[in-house]
Amino acid sequence: MIPDLIVESLAPLLKSSVLTIHLTCLTLAIGACLALPLALGRLSRNRWIAGFCFVYVYYFRGTPLLVQIFLIYYGLPQIGLTFSAYVSALLSLSLNTAAYTAEIIRGGIQAVPAGEIESASAMGMKRRQVLYRIILPQMVGFALPAYGNEIILQIKATSLASTITLMDLTGMARTLAADTYAPLEIFSVAGVIYLVMVFSTSKCVTWMEKRWTVYRS
Amino acid sequence: MRSRRWVLILLAALMAIPSLVIGADKIRIATEGAYSPFNYVNPKGELEGFDVDIAKALCEAMKADCTMVSQDWDGIIPALQAKKYDVIVASMAVTEKRKEAIAFTKPYYYSVASYVVRKESKFPDKIESLTGKNIGVQRATIHEGTIKEMYKDKVTIKTYDTNENCILDLKNKRIDAMIASRPLMAHYIKHHPESGFAFLLGMYNPVDAAIGLRKEDKALLDKFNAALDTIIKNGTYEKISNKWFGESLLKK
Repeated sequence: MIPDLIVESLAPLLKSSVLTIHLTCLTLAIGACLALPLALGRLSRNRWIAGFCFVYVYYFRGTPLLVQIFLIYYGLPQIGLTFSAYVSALLSLSLNTAAYTAEIIRGGIQAVPAGEIESASAMGMKRRQVLYRIILPQMVGFALPAYGNEIILQIKATSLASTITLMDLTGMARTLAADTYAPLEIFSVAGVIYLVMVFSTSKCVTWMEKRWTVYRS
Repeated sequence: MRSRRWVLILLAALMAIPSLVIGADKIRIATEGAYSPFNYVNPKGELEGFDVDIAKALCEAMKADCTMVSQDWDGIIPALQAKKYDVIVASMAVTEKRKEAIAFTKPYYYSVASYVVRKESKFPDKIESLTGKNIGVQRATIHEGTIKEMYKDKVTIKTYDTNENCILDLKNKRIDAMIASRPLMAHYIKHHPESGFAFLLGMYNPVDAAIGLRKEDKALLDKFNAALDTIIKNGTYEKISNKWFGESLLKK
């Protein structure tokens, strides 16, 4: 172990973590926006909508993220669709997390007791009102623990962006390790930075769980 | 407690397996496998190329039993030091920095680097014409340093895992130019005229490509140097070089 190297590598690694955090936040946001309609689509009575959403989730959960990234980055240019590395990473990571998040939301929706929905309709609420007043607010509470897990997985998934030339934390670590022939030091520092990110995320999620599900316990 | 002891015994047994399988006298040679025509994996999944032929010829000359493995470029020196294999035959250029980490044989070929662009982009043949452009290069190669030396911050450097992925992105127009080994790119341009690639500017950093070994393996280093002399003298080297490039790569 070379202590100097650890100190020296810290600055470039922290700087490249910005891209990791940026990719995580943005793809989670885009993914969540896509996930809600997908989850509702999965529960739809319309066979075509339900079928499409099922196929989408089935594909993105059933194939490795790395394959999806390569397909978008190296595959699509063959049919004339060339995205930059950044857009390709954004696209593949968002579409991928959307599929997982959709399943988490679907689980949350289905966990809402049927009796409550029936009572709400019995009180004369319309379907839309039931959705906004009864189902979705409770869904958040049910889905949050699983979603916290998805956030952590997404932080780590962004490391695959390094395979398509992006200089995220992993990309920078690989470059530094190759420059210095000291993979032990460099990847240890990178690992610790990931740990800090994941740890603070899980603390945040626990705090949110306590806050938003307080009425139940 | 009892079950724990069994787990330990099992683990020890598992760890003993590789040493049994590999055997003591086998020389394990690593190459990258993504650096056509020097080393690549053919559709059948076998390693092929100039480096691979050279390695096989050396083993024959030493009458040694060799196995070849492929290893990602950016981890090829660390994995040698971690004893995952004993020798690197992978078109590795001898540099001062690498010499601090590992030992090298005598060079087995000489090479230079050149910039490659798409013909259609019609860059004037001047060094300034690439200013402000995206330039691709394989990660952890000497060429990465060349760009930085020539252009400092005046270009955007994109680093790739493999040279093949870099070529792919030049084709896809994500980058405007790339820099790589000249014999390699000459071979590519000759066999893929449809790519529309052309060389730009001159030739840079002439290098000696040599075989890399751990510093402590002095006896093996001597064996490889002797074998290299043998195959150069008996004409095997020239035959291999002609097969891949139509000329000997042993000229500066």
